[in-house]
Amino acid sequence: MDLNFTPEEEAFRAEVRAFLADKLPARLSAKVSGGKILAKADMEEWHAILNERGWLANHWPEQYGGPGWTAVEKFIFEHECALAFAPRIVPFGVNMLGPVLIKYGNEAQKRHWLPRILNGADWWCQGYSEPGAGSDLAAVKTSAVRGLDAQGDHYIVNGQKTWTTLGQHANMIFCLVRTNREAKKQEGISFLLIDMSSPGVEVRPIITLDGEHEVNEVFFSDVRVPAENLVGEEDKGWTCAKYLLTYERTNIAGVGFSVAALEQLKGIAAKQTKNGKPLAEDPAFAARMARVEIDLENMKTTNLRVIAAVAGGGVPGAESSMLKIRGTEIRQEISSLARRAMGVYGRPFVEEALHDGFDGETFGPAYASAAAARYFNNRKLSIFGGSNEIQKNIISKMILGL
Amino acid sequence: MNFEHTEDRRMLADSLNRFIAEQYAFDARDRIAKSAHGFSKEIFQQFAELGVIGALFSEADGGFGGGGFDIAVVFEALGRGLVVEPLLGAVMVGEALSAAGSDAQKEKLGDIINGLTVAAFAHDEADTHYERTRVSTRAERSGDGWVLNGAKAVVPQGEQADLFLVSARTSGNVDDEAGISLFLVPAKTAGLTVRGCPAIDGGRVAELALDGVKLGADALLGTEGQGHATLERAIGRGVLALCAEALGAMEAAKTATLDYLRTRKQFGILIGSFQALQHRMADLLLEIEQARSAVINAAAAIDGTDRVARERALSAAKFSIGRIGALVAEESIQMHGGIGMTWELPLPHYAKRLVMIDHQLGDEDHHLQRYIALGKEVAA
Repeated sequence: MDLNFTPEEEAFRAEVRAFLADKLPARLSAKVSGGKILAKADMEEWHAILNERGWLANHWPEQYGGPGWTAVEKFIFEHECALAFAPRIVPFGVNMLGPVLIKYGNEAQKRHWLPRILNGADWWCQGYSEPGAGSDLAAVKTSAVRGLDAQGDHYIVNGQKTWTTLGQHANMIFCLVRTNREAKKQEGISFLLIDMSSPGVEVRPIITLDGEHEVNEVFFSDVRVPAENLVGEEDKGWTCAKYLLTYERTNIAGVGFSVAALEQLKGIAAKQTKNGKPLAEDPAFAARMARVEIDLENMKTTNLRVIAAVAGGGVPGAESSMLKIRGTEIRQEISSLARRAMGVYGRPFVEEALHDGFDGETFGPAYASAAAARYFNNRKLSIFGGSNEIQKNIISKMILGL
Repeated sequence: MNFEHTEDRRMLADSLNRFIAEQYAFDARDRIAKSAHGFSKEIFQQFAELGVIGALFSEADGGFGGGGFDIAVVFEALGRGLVVEPLLGAVMVGEALSAAGSDAQKEKLGDIINGLTVAAFAHDEADTHYERTRVSTRAERSGDGWVLNGAKAVVPQGEQADLFLVSARTSGNVDDEAGISLFLVPAKTAGLTVRGCPAIDGGRVAELALDGVKLGADALLGTEGQGHATLERAIGRGVLALCAEALGAMEAAKTATLDYLRTRKQFGILIGSFQALQHRMADLLLEIEQARSAVINAAAAIDGTDRVARERALSAAKFSIGRIGALVAEESIQMHGGIGMTWELPLPHYAKRLVMIDHQLGDEDHHLQRYIALGKEVAA
């Protein structure tokens, strides 16, 4: 039993820290730590910085441009990025589609799409969920009918996708579509790459409870897609879908985000006052903070235990469901405490203050402007990426054998 | 033993619920709640005409109710409708006028009850965390009147208020119970600046800056330095109102969630058939019934003469409502899944209001600590 990183891993951590200190623009980390909404250009800027160093596609094998990191190194990288308030890597192209193409794509697809993910030529979004297919993803209805005409082999796609995160920025979408209605649920699904500028594609914003536009609905009406955009075999897309969903969940617990958010919370609790003393000294609030800190310390070790099993040749399977459940609950609790810490300043909400170009007055301390909004926004953590209920089903079935 | 409301109260609740259903459906509410004004003057006026504000006051004050259960019935209906109109200010400032006002001051109650005066309660300050006695805003005698200096934080619908009830210190240390005085400050008074912004749960809030605000002798409400008792009465009414409002919002959130469990299918079956969700819904029902009992306890206690019993029941209710409100908010969003996160659905707006009620007049922790402290007073 040794809870320490090896000297090599510590050296790697130092290298990541030095890189972040040198290359992460202060303007971006200030936006992330302040809970501001990142513009498309902000995310592209950070991707370009990482790509220049060869660290963007950190889950890809070296031959495709990945850094060749171990599971522990990936964990350290993601952890240090979170602590430094680096923008999140937009996962859809780099962390989701990339690995699928590498495993299931043909050579032409790999040669065409992978470099474009790295250099930012394409912004991908994810076409998985539908209004009737959320937790029950295999119930997708969006149809793709194969045809052959003078213009070539193609599919005609009709249907609707929803919860398409940052779809408003995307030029490409990877979709689960139904190519066979006769086959059993999972077996008639295909994995298709669709150009968002094709005639018949319409993106409509979904405004969330905090007033933000982060997710979208995407409608397809008679959208023509070249058959060469099929990834893997027709009707076998569920294999790609599952691979993508279970791929690389080393950071699913978001421990780095929680550690950073807890540090912020402690700073806030030291500044906010109750009865003339720092809120951090209030017995009730101190107990709430201590509880979540203890949970987080435990989660750090649970997370490392899962990663160590992977590093030793094991496969992270249902264990990542534990990380997802408890990790998101911890993140939610920390944002709940940050909201509580605001007292009466939890209510004022100048939404514009979270966006670029705002030069008006805010209400209460600077850290108050995003606190309640972030708490409400973070309700999504236990819903997306397989709701926590679905994760519990997985644990019941796969680990407990019930 | 009888847990039925009187027929008068049931009729009032029915007509209020009907009015809200007809005039304040979600689309209308959403428009009003995010409007630049912060609420609808016309709707507020119509509430007054329906007798909704009058029900909050006794006959002696010009109303026709004023009991704890009158407040509970009215605010539960307002909570179901997510009403943002400034009725909380009316009940709190009105109570202070009733409890401590001179005859001349009490005349202001008439226009509060008929909806012509929008009243706002301005007590919290930037560095307080719901403390009752911590008041830094100062009032000093000047001639036969007063001069106020300081600032007040997050006053509900403060921009549109005609009349503020402002707490200010006339003597003592910053957190002394003695030395707090209450002042009636008209909105147009020189030296008073009101700056507003939207609230995350709808409507607007405002910051008050008081910079050499000159008031006449008649602005002092009650006895100089003895404002705390009146403050406690006003906050008590406000706490009961918020608890009842939360109860209405919880019932609405529960109904919406139950409807969803009964209609949403995944894996080919209704999600309401999953035992994991059935048990969570059963927990919500149980907790909401506990919340209802807490409101009943507080409504029954508020008119009692035993101060500690009254205040403990109020703090017990606000603690319960804070805890259960957040639970109902979070669970009902979770059981809805992604759709529960969307602005177009009423449900998340109930969730936001439920959570934000905990940020008004003392949160869970504040009221739990207060409940314990009041218990020590009984023991002593």
